[in-house]
Amino acid sequence: MMDLGKYAAEVISAWGISLAALAGLVWWSVRRDRKVRAELERTERDHG
Amino acid sequence: MSIWSYANPRKFLDTTAPWVPWLMWLSAAVLAVGLVWGFFFTPEAERFGSSVKIIYLHVPSALMAINAWLMMLVASLIWLIRRHHVSALAARAAAPVGMVMTLIALITGAIWGQPMWGTWWAWDPRLTSFLILFLFYLGYIALWTAIPDPDSAADLTSVLCLVGSVFAILSRYAVNFWNQGLHQGASLSLDKQENVADVFWVPLLVCMAGFVLLFLALVLLRTGTEIRARRIAALRARARRVEPVRA
Amino acid sequence: MRALLARDLRLAVRAGGGFGLGLAFFLIVVVLVPFGVGPETAILARIAPGILWVAALLAALLSLDRIFALDHEDGSLPLLATAPLPLEMLALAKALAHWITTGLPLVVAAPLLGVLLHLPGEAMPWLLVSLAIGTPALSLIGTFGAALTVGLRRGGLLLSLIVLPLYVPILIFGAEAARRGAEGLPAATPLMLLAGIGLGCAALLPFATAAALRVTLR
Repeated sequence: MMDLGKYAAEVISAWGISLAALAGLVWWSVRRDRKVRAELERTERDHG
Repeated sequence: MSIWSYANPRKFLDTTAPWVPWLMWLSAAVLAVGLVWGFFFTPEAERFGSSVKIIYLHVPSALMAINAWLMMLVASLIWLIRRHHVSALAARAAAPVGMVMTLIALITGAIWGQPMWGTWWAWDPRLTSFLILFLFYLGYIALWTAIPDPDSAADLTSVLCLVGSVFAILSRYAVNFWNQGLHQGASLSLDKQENVADVFWVPLLVCMAGFVLLFLALVLLRTGTEIRARRIAALRARARRVEPVRA
Repeated sequence: MRALLARDLRLAVRAGGGFGLGLAFFLIVVVLVPFGVGPETAILARIAPGILWVAALLAALLSLDRIFALDHEDGSLPLLATAPLPLEMLALAKALAHWITTGLPLVVAAPLLGVLLHLPGEAMPWLLVSLAIGTPALSLIGTFGAALTVGLRRGGLLLSLIVLPLYVPILIFGAEAARRGAEGLPAATPLMLLAGIGLGCAALLPFATAAALRVTLR
């Protein structure tokens, strides 16, 4: 691990929060897309 | 072939769907390069120490927070003028992405402000403007989810986006007038890059490119999701009309 | 338009709701502030312009959802829309009626409440002028927000979420004018900017309001 000096806590928390937020956004979008795709397939089979 | 042919939802889906995974991985790769470069291979800045590394997330997210709103504005205008559903849905798809970008810019800014200015939060014009922008995103998304009829929702949110844009600009100037802040000026505009040394500038540019790509990928993906969700609703509505009584 | 205005004013006074309620709310907020921040005269005098402005803004917000809600419920909104009066003028009349029933009483009551907060005497005219210029813009923006949320469930909460960010520039310039007046600084610049925003709202927002109403009535 590299030395971040006296700002280590700030840098790591800022990076951690940001990357978590981005990952969460991507995960949420992908999951919702999969769900809707499956739902559409089911609906098209039933009603299409 | 005209660009408007992509306004057909089916054609939009067929064209963009294969691109989305590629864009996702490309943005991940570019982001990885930019972030690793920025985190491990850049020196510390004289005045900021190692806290300068926050810039690689703070500036690109702030950039995309504003660009996302601009994209929503353009998409809303296209919907109001040309009535292309894909456009309205793209605006809807971009809003949560822009909101998360605004949130990241705010949080990283607060964390950065703590050692630099000695406070988590200052009522500095830029910070305040971003907070207001965040509120605009909240209202916009809330209006989308509150209106049941999709076309009315698209119309009303588009109108809100137009009016909101005007007021966002007004707020920006009002806030400037109200308090001259601590924030450094626009040292990062593309035409004034000499203000930032190249060692920071180049990885920062890579990060910005990565954020742009990520935004594109997410908006395309989410627009596709919205189109499919709309199709589900349409199919169900038709089924209800055809067979009104279902056991 | 005049008939519509008179009708709205009569309804507001008779139904009892909007007219006194906003004013009472304004009074209560201003009375609560000293309990929160303590009774020292110096502090109260310093924050009085800001408190009065924020309280006025919230009081104006309180009655916004009634602008179109009553007409929507009893079905007279579609009738108004088919009347020869253009929807833009309807929006303007609604905003004017809202201002007369809430904004104007707030402006009149502000000096009295200013006394409660030890607002210095020389600030009084500036506060009055800034409120008089600013509150019509609040009504116009509020009418637009009300048109966006007509007939929605939980519309009131959504309405405040949409309208409050739009109020920011007006609050900044209005409170700034009152504050500068209180400190004896020249306050003409924020007042002019406030008036500019107000006139811009009056000229443009009725079109946005009418557009939103057309969508809702479709």
